[in-house]
Amino acid sequence: MIEEQAFSDPARERQIFVGRALLASFLILVFTAVLIARYFDLQINQHQDFVTQSDNNRVHLRPNPPARGVIYDRNGEILADNQSVSNLTIIRERSGDLDELIENISALVPLSESDVKRFYKRLKRRRPFEQTPLKFNLSEQEQAILAVNEHRLDGVKVSARLSRFYPKRGLFAHVVGYVGRINEREITLIDPIQYSGTDSIGKVGLEKFYEDSLLGNVGSEHVETNARGRVMRVLDKVDPDSGSDLVLHVDSKLQQIAFDAFAGERGALVAMDIKTGGVLAMVSAPSYDANLFVSGISQKNYSRLLNSADNPMFNRAIQGQYPPGSTVKPLFGLIALDSKTVSPSTKIDDPGYFKMEGIERPWRDHNSERGGHGKGVDLAEAIIESCDVFFYKMGIKTGIDILSSESMAFGLGAKTGIDLPGEARGIMPSRIWKKENRGASWFNGDTINMSIGQGFMLSTPLQLAVMTSRIASKGKVIEPRLVKSIDGVDLITTESTQLPDIDPKYWDYIHQSMKGVVHSTKGTATSINRGLNYTMAGKTGTAQVVSISADEDYDKSKLNKRQWDHALFIAFAPFEDPQIAVGIIVENGEHGSSAAAPIARAVIDGYLNADSDTTNVGNLALQGLSVYANQ
Amino acid sequence: MQINDFVRTMQNPGGARRLSRSVNVDFILFLLLFLLCAFGLAVLFSAGGQDLFYVKRQLMFMIVGFVLMLGVAQISVRTMQRWAFVIYGLGLISLLAVLLFGVGAKGAQRWLDLGFTRLQPAEMMKICVPLMISAYLSKRFIPPTFKHVCWSVVMILMPTLLIVRQPDLGTAILVFASGFLVLFLAGLGKRYILGTGLISLAAIPVMWLFVLRDYQKQRILTLLSPEDDTLGSGWNIIQSKTAIGSGGFDGKGWTEGTQSQLSFLPESHTDFIIAVLAEEFGLIGVMALCTLYLLIIGRCLLIATNAQSQFGRLLAGSLGSIFFVYIFVNMGMVSGILPVVGAPLPMISYGGTAILTLFIGFGMLMAISREPKQMRTQF
Repeated sequence: MIEEQAFSDPARERQIFVGRALLASFLILVFTAVLIARYFDLQINQHQDFVTQSDNNRVHLRPNPPARGVIYDRNGEILADNQSVSNLTIIRERSGDLDELIENISALVPLSESDVKRFYKRLKRRRPFEQTPLKFNLSEQEQAILAVNEHRLDGVKVSARLSRFYPKRGLFAHVVGYVGRINEREITLIDPIQYSGTDSIGKVGLEKFYEDSLLGNVGSEHVETNARGRVMRVLDKVDPDSGSDLVLHVDSKLQQIAFDAFAGERGALVAMDIKTGGVLAMVSAPSYDANLFVSGISQKNYSRLLNSADNPMFNRAIQGQYPPGSTVKPLFGLIALDSKTVSPSTKIDDPGYFKMEGIERPWRDHNSERGGHGKGVDLAEAIIESCDVFFYKMGIKTGIDILSSESMAFGLGAKTGIDLPGEARGIMPSRIWKKENRGASWFNGDTINMSIGQGFMLSTPLQLAVMTSRIASKGKVIEPRLVKSIDGVDLITTESTQLPDIDPKYWDYIHQSMKGVVHSTKGTATSINRGLNYTMAGKTGTAQVVSISADEDYDKSKLNKRQWDHALFIAFAPFEDPQIAVGIIVENGEHGSSAAAPIARAVIDGYLNADSDTTNVGNLALQGLSVYANQ
Repeated sequence: MQINDFVRTMQNPGGARRLSRSVNVDFILFLLLFLLCAFGLAVLFSAGGQDLFYVKRQLMFMIVGFVLMLGVAQISVRTMQRWAFVIYGLGLISLLAVLLFGVGAKGAQRWLDLGFTRLQPAEMMKICVPLMISAYLSKRFIPPTFKHVCWSVVMILMPTLLIVRQPDLGTAILVFASGFLVLFLAGLGKRYILGTGLISLAAIPVMWLFVLRDYQKQRILTLLSPEDDTLGSGWNIIQSKTAIGSGGFDGKGWTEGTQSQLSFLPESHTDFIIAVLAEEFGLIGVMALCTLYLLIIGRCLLIATNAQSQFGRLLAGSLGSIFFVYIFVNMGMVSGILPVVGAPLPMISYGGTAILTLFIGFGMLMAISREPKQMRTQF
């Protein structure tokens, strides 16, 4: 070592070093220039771009979703409302590892497996920087826990938003319907701006039909957020317009009475205000809790509803198509009178069956085992006692063409145009219909079946109610409607048009006959007239579920209950000045008189006697009296 | 040194001279470092969310650093030279200890827990290596012969590879550079410099395949096109460029930078602090900082050329120029012209060990500036 040091030459060492140090200084200046050039490029040349980018980072246009319109019944009772709920949401773009995050969250608030599974499903169809809900309806305690821990859960946000709530739960599920989360198909159809702050949409019922009115207009606000998406301040905002409120014709007390009257039976009822066409009650039993769908129904609940033999999600009132049975007799009688194929003096003999030339098999009357309705049965008696043989003969004589085309005018075989989605059209058969749908020509046997509302003929409970109200109003074309006013503005109801002239005496004849069904001693629905403080007109009906061959008796003991006949009833009241019309079907209820007619009685009682039920007895009792005085 | 003496003589003839005789201190360097620290604390206050938490801790480190610097300045250069090998050996041992007992964060093991404080031995190697190589080469032929170059490279590579193992690629590169700079200043032949360049080029594929970890490769890919992964590893660089660019000529104003105050900028108080400075003080702030840095480096190189011994020259020169490498690597990576490696901005970024290491280095420089004339070997 000492040796090597001895050879060192300090002057040369210094000289070499100074040379290298100068070279280093030069390089340092060059590289400093490179740095300055880079910063100059970013800060001067590209300055504007980065200012924009920086503003885009921090300033966000946030949609301000409107409050959905509230739905009221005719008395101002709330049927669909908005409730403030707190949801736990995650902004994917702001969160780190999702699995880890969800694990951290589940240590704070309980998360079910299906919560997580559905979260990942929603995550796939979210918009960028959208808050994707993980858990709905947080309790206050959960909100507090999350608020304390929010700072260490990147991308997690507890967001308060309005959620749909149906205080009447199942009672109006088939009328009001429900909202649910926007699905993949709907997302392609909606205006993305209008729905930018909204994650639900009307799925069925009025919620769907009046979606545009209920939704309202979206507002917006510019907010400054930090990197975690937390809003630091609101820069400016445009308030949203709330959706329009709907007031229905429906009376929720009457709806409750009607629903209760079914007492667990399956079936449907539609009650209409004859003066306006407003639907006073619409029941489809059984029903389901509409609130289940609002924040996404669980798979378990959904399959339970879907697989139930009682089919609670099916709106029988507008979608259920049943053979109307004898309830069409007053209408067919009226058409026959009008077309002069029968007259009030026409009388027939009913031995309990009807035989047609060339056909071996007879058509039986429903009371054939008692030897029929006897000799000299006229149209009124045929309606009151529901004599089938009279209608077989009358049907043949009138012919399919007249029966079919005239019936259409009373609302059968076509959609009624009610303000609900998914209405079924029913079937009013005709020669053309049979050719097109069955590929066969029309036979007289088809007319015979149809003349007592069987065979090909199908109608919905709503169609029966419409038909009844048109008969009750003596030919006014009454159209059913659920919504009375939107945002306090009454929907314009055009004056009902009058059906082509039918001789008033025929109207009276049919009305009297229908009154006889309830009030005469031989009427099929006399059992419900006890204690009636007004006059009711009606008609019972029975519809076969399984076809019974003509030479076989209907023996209920041989069938299980789901194969029993459906029971039907139509009615209007008061007789003198008809105000309410109802159409009812009780599935597998067997007899219109015993199963369906009492429901009509309960509902019409509830409507016409509503005033005496209220607390303001004194004043309203007087009004009640005046109603009876009119009779 | 001459200027320094002149100023001191003018201001306080006699007294200061006596002081400067008994206490080694370079007032120009001291003043420049003081300004730099003050500027750094102001930026750190803003970068740390306008909270005094980081500022207080950093200030504490700086005070300790100044004391340490003045202390080191009193040690004679010969003593340093004599103890260089021991210090280097202790550094290597502590690096081994880190690998065996170290604690860490984010998948790397970098700290040695001493009970009362945590040390980052890799940071210390930034001065241990130039100290060792300067001591070694100053006693050998100038320019270094092949044999001495080989030994130097071995001494440089040992700590470098240990640091790569942690893994801390940024510090490893800086440690390697600090040793290489001594060789360069000692007059390393052009062939060696060229050779090092070629070997480095050849090493790239080998590094890519065998040494670099996935996240490090990702950082390099990110440099090439940060827009490919705007939310992942590209996020940092896009946000820092946005912060720098949106600062413009004169900046958004102190504590007014939206990128940093709204937490878009990651690591804003440590490695990415220059982006906060650039956003809030603009190009003017960046140029002011660069000027301050260049003055410090210039002072260091002046001390180096005036040093009395070859050891002092090499050590002072390498410490001065490695200071620039720190700055270039950090400012280059934050502005997106170099890949992201962990490299703090000297005296500005938050970090205790780095600050203390820097002050020790400047303490050595001050000692060298007061080095008494050596006994020349007589021929």
